[in-house]
Amino acid sequence: MKFIFEKDTWQEIYGAIRKNKIRTVITVIGVTWGVFLFVILLGMAKGLDNSFRSQFNDFATNTMFVWGQQTSIPNGGFKRGRRMQLTLDDVATLESQVDDIEYITPRNVTGQWGTPPGQFVRGSKSGAFKVFGDYPTIDKVSKKKIFDGGRFINEEDIKYERKVCVIGEDIYKQFYDKDEEAIGDFVRINGIYFKVIGVYKPTQSGFEGDDSIFLPFTTFQTIFNQGKDISWMVITAKQDKNIVNTEATIKTMLKRMHNVHPDDTQAFGSFNLGKEVAKVSGFLSGMRLITYIVGIATLIAGVIAIGNVLLITVKERTREIGVRRALGATPAEVRGQIMLESVLLTFVAGLIGFVFGTLVLWGINTAIGNNDDIPILNPSVDFFAAIGALLSIVLLGTLIGLIPAQKAVSIKPIEALREE
Amino acid sequence: MIEIKDLHKSYQMGSNSLHVLKGIDFSVEDGELVAIMGSSGSGKSTLLNILGMLDEADSGSYFLDNVPIKGLNETKAAQYRNKFLGFVFQSFNLINYKTALENVALPLYYQRKKRKERTETAMSYLGKVGLADWATHLPSELSGGQKQRVAIARALAADPKVLLADEPTGALDSTTSYEVMDIIQSINDEGKTILVVTHEQDIADMCKRIVHLKDGVIVEDKKVEQVRASQYVG
Repeated sequence: MKFIFEKDTWQEIYGAIRKNKIRTVITVIGVTWGVFLFVILLGMAKGLDNSFRSQFNDFATNTMFVWGQQTSIPNGGFKRGRRMQLTLDDVATLESQVDDIEYITPRNVTGQWGTPPGQFVRGSKSGAFKVFGDYPTIDKVSKKKIFDGGRFINEEDIKYERKVCVIGEDIYKQFYDKDEEAIGDFVRINGIYFKVIGVYKPTQSGFEGDDSIFLPFTTFQTIFNQGKDISWMVITAKQDKNIVNTEATIKTMLKRMHNVHPDDTQAFGSFNLGKEVAKVSGFLSGMRLITYIVGIATLIAGVIAIGNVLLITVKERTREIGVRRALGATPAEVRGQIMLESVLLTFVAGLIGFVFGTLVLWGINTAIGNNDDIPILNPSVDFFAAIGALLSIVLLGTLIGLIPAQKAVSIKPIEALREE
Repeated sequence: MIEIKDLHKSYQMGSNSLHVLKGIDFSVEDGELVAIMGSSGSGKSTLLNILGMLDEADSGSYFLDNVPIKGLNETKAAQYRNKFLGFVFQSFNLINYKTALENVALPLYYQRKKRKERTETAMSYLGKVGLADWATHLPSELSGGQKQRVAIARALAADPKVLLADEPTGALDSTTSYEVMDIIQSINDEGKTILVVTHEQDIADMCKRIVHLKDGVIVEDKKVEQVRASQYVG
């Protein structure tokens, strides 16, 4: 093995490779392409993953929604089919009694589930839209992009029941000219004047869409005469708690508080975001696995191409190999040279593919920038995955190089020289 | 230098066995210039291949410089070839992507000589065959005679005990053939032992001894008055 570290060996190999340019280029293309695809695939998968994780931050992954429905089992003298209405008292009770809860936020909406939508009027135009009554914390769960100059509802708005609203991008487009300033403008909702403080655009699919209106929770309560009633509540469990357990605890408590039979599964509905996130995560993991399989298969195909070309090359170089052996090259030296050629070619090809792949990823990243329409964020390849891929290429190159090397050694010098 | 006793060699051709060498007794002294003649199929190339350790005899003994050549593995054979023998082929067998200088330096590479030493030695042998100015040229840029001179320089580079030439002039016209023989003679004059396989009488006459092979046996072995090739070379 000593010869690997000798400068002369490499000069000999370099000579052989350099003087067979076309062959070298063709050989290299397969692996370069394989590594290139491998890097791009992994990078894009990573980008999707990053994008997903940036939307569903840690906060959201531990979140659930609960709302009232109708009972399905008679209980405590009540008939079945009783309508359940959640109230602010429920929120207060849960907050004080369930330790798992990090945040609990009530929400109100009109224009959904049979309730009448709000009438939105600006100048001579009018339209009907869903109206939400919300606390500022809701933005953490259901992320929205607020356009420049605007803001979302804040604690002050809640405290003073300010008549301010955040409108969807679609509403803005319907009611305002292009480049017309909406912030600070006054509009009427159900006959009452509101000041527009922001225009939003959802960054993920949700039932708010881009044509809803957000009001401070307290303002909504007063204007739509809600009293203590709420549409549903959003609950985020503490980081170290399992949201699935929290969901069960909360439902059990709500049933007790509302005099519902413990086995009644219909009285309260819930949607567990944590579970959904886990599903999408699973999907992404599956995709990453497929990426790896496809990438590695491409790599193997590339390396096999190298082996193939080298095998043809050995046939082509039969005479050269015969001459070398007549001049005193030992079988080990011949084998070593062919194998090192294979390893060197695969390694260099891999490196080129890697550099190109990284450049293209970088280009994609620059092109996308912070565009929220494309669900790819910071596509990149893990350093260790890259090193691992390069190492496995060298290993594969060595293995595949064994075949032509053995072929080269099996040629008897006398036969090689006789061949015309 | 070379001692051969009762050498036999047959080839299997399907179910038939072809007996090519049928008991060769042959010895070569230091500094001889021997022509091995014979028509095709006489076994002269087989004999040369066995002498060159490219092939092995079925029976009989072969001593080269008092070293028994028998049952060598490929690695050992390669080392012996490198140390003892220089080859010149009819079709030159230069490596086409290496320059004249690199071709000549190749045996020295397998002797693990330092690059600087290889280049210097190779250059001096190229000078010896009159091709110092062509050192950086590829074989494709050389004429047939020049290629064969490079091949001779390469065969000499490792300073072998014996030079084996298999039809060295077979691919050359007569003028160029004499130039090549002139070089071979001058190398022999310096004391190198040389065996030339040929079927051309005029080439054989330029050696000091002619061995005739026919049907696998030596039919004639005589010393001759050497014809100097230099008289034909302008």
